[in-house]
Amino acid sequence: MVAVTSAVPRTPRRRGRRGSQSGVPAGRGALAKLTPYLFLLAAVGLLLLLTYLPAANMLWYSLTDWDGLDLDKDFVGVDNYVEVFTNPQIFSVFGVSLYYFVGSFAQMAIALYFAALLSYKTRFSNFFRGVLFFPYLINGVAIGFVFLYLFQPGGTLDTVLSWVGLSDPPLWLGDPDVANYSLAATSVWRYTGLNFVLFLGAIQSIPGELYEAAEIDGANRWQQFWALTFPGIRRIIGLSFILAIAGSLSVFEIPFIMTGGANGTSTFVIQTLQTAFSFRQVGLASAMAIVLLAIVLIVTFVQRKLFPDEKVDLT
Amino acid sequence: MSAPDTRLRITGAAATSAKYLSLVIGVLVTIIPLSVLFIASFKTSGEFGQSGPFDLPANWFNFANYVEAFQKGGMVEGFVNTTLILAFSLVGTILIGTMAAYAIDRFRFRGKKLVVGLFLVATLIPGVTSQVATFQIINGLGLYNSMAALVLLFMGTDIISIYIFIQFMQSIPTSIDEAAMLDGANRWTIYWRVILPLLRPAIATVVIVKGIAIYNEFYLPFLYWPSHGTISTSLFRFKGPFGAHWEIIAAGTILVIIPTLIAFVFLQRFIYRGLASGSVK
Repeated sequence: MVAVTSAVPRTPRRRGRRGSQSGVPAGRGALAKLTPYLFLLAAVGLLLLLTYLPAANMLWYSLTDWDGLDLDKDFVGVDNYVEVFTNPQIFSVFGVSLYYFVGSFAQMAIALYFAALLSYKTRFSNFFRGVLFFPYLINGVAIGFVFLYLFQPGGTLDTVLSWVGLSDPPLWLGDPDVANYSLAATSVWRYTGLNFVLFLGAIQSIPGELYEAAEIDGANRWQQFWALTFPGIRRIIGLSFILAIAGSLSVFEIPFIMTGGANGTSTFVIQTLQTAFSFRQVGLASAMAIVLLAIVLIVTFVQRKLFPDEKVDLT
Repeated sequence: MSAPDTRLRITGAAATSAKYLSLVIGVLVTIIPLSVLFIASFKTSGEFGQSGPFDLPANWFNFANYVEAFQKGGMVEGFVNTTLILAFSLVGTILIGTMAAYAIDRFRFRGKKLVVGLFLVATLIPGVTSQVATFQIINGLGLYNSMAALVLLFMGTDIISIYIFIQFMQSIPTSIDEAAMLDGANRWTIYWRVILPLLRPAIATVVIVKGIAIYNEFYLPFLYWPSHGTISTSLFRFKGPFGAHWEIIAAGTILVIIPTLIAFVFLQRFIYRGLASGSVK
């Protein structure tokens, strides 16, 4: 069989001629019709079981006062949703997302800066690219410990600051006024590498002749950046921007691992999980999850409207 | 040489030094937080208490903290469990994903649009929060507190890999399938003997991208397998017993980072490629 493959010339594919029409001897009709479904069975089965069934259940739980254990679930209508929007303790944690949202702007700016730098001929460019990207691959718990250590009172950061004469640093994670900045900065450190590599890839896919032509026309590097590079990467920037909104609404790992949500660093996702698994209010937690899902769907919808060509094409 | 020419050259040199200066700063900001932890991991407890974070350890061959992290910190269990989970989940993901991709790309059938739509919409559902309800399903299946729960979840929630497989399969000409079919091969044989071997590059990409994601996953094992440790949850538990012993926590953290570093150094090309196809979905 495999011998055949190498002998066949690489002809362009003909979309029309496949499936059961492609000239196989018929006779296994029913089975042939079933074949694609058999190939899909596992994937679609798991998708329904682990994604859609929970989503549907969640919608139902959100209308009840279920505690996750009881056999009976009392229908309470939209009470849980009213609670989500009116209880200041629940909804106000969305404010924490702002720190991460602002952080993701810094992250994109830094990523863009380094991507622009490395898009020009650079010595050791592979090394620089690798180092800047590597944090994105590190285990989240490990990153949590790296920065818990860095932010320790009298730790690395305080030592570095004392070198430049700043001798009275705050408690980076203990002071509620500062903790969210520290966590957002950790998040920037973790994710800048991803944006950087995506931006760099987009810049490098801009044809080099365009730059040569611009050079001949006397454009300097700054002008080249705004006239050529920026338009070439506008789409990936737009996409990163949307992902930044969705990402900052659903921040979870870094604050959960580093502070457990203490000192005013709790996020909406941390609260949802605590409500479900610590306080056993599955009904309320489901309503919170549905609210987050709705917001993410709206953001995605806006993205599709603004950047229609980013649409996923699976077929 | 005329005056403007010199000025141009000076600004050019200044720009070049500014460029390398900022690259070096970027590298320092990345490396310092990691290297101070590396330094700490070689210090004895007493030494750690008396020295600053930038003071080098007295003995670079003091591996006592690593031994302690391995033996008392449950890192052996973590590495074994994570390896098993990786093996099972990756085999499952590859088989399930390639089969689904084969069906979607090579067949025409009723409900195809619906299936594709279901996969697409599923990417929008935020993973962590839906655990509120997924937990009940896993619990209902009797899989709570088992490795099987994790393997099932890792296999079942992977749409990106199906997408990568479909993308790659589109570049394999259908004439190959047709030739095999004329030789009398049935669809299963074509999938198993022709398509699957040809998908090797896509499989490599999925193994690496998905492998890193599973290795780093924290919340699923934390929630679904509390009685045992994976890499992430074993390390997370260092917070309690070793709370005051940063030198041991540092050793554990470095132990978790080293495999990632090795994988990155050797598989860079695949990782960048996987990123390009996976994350811009």
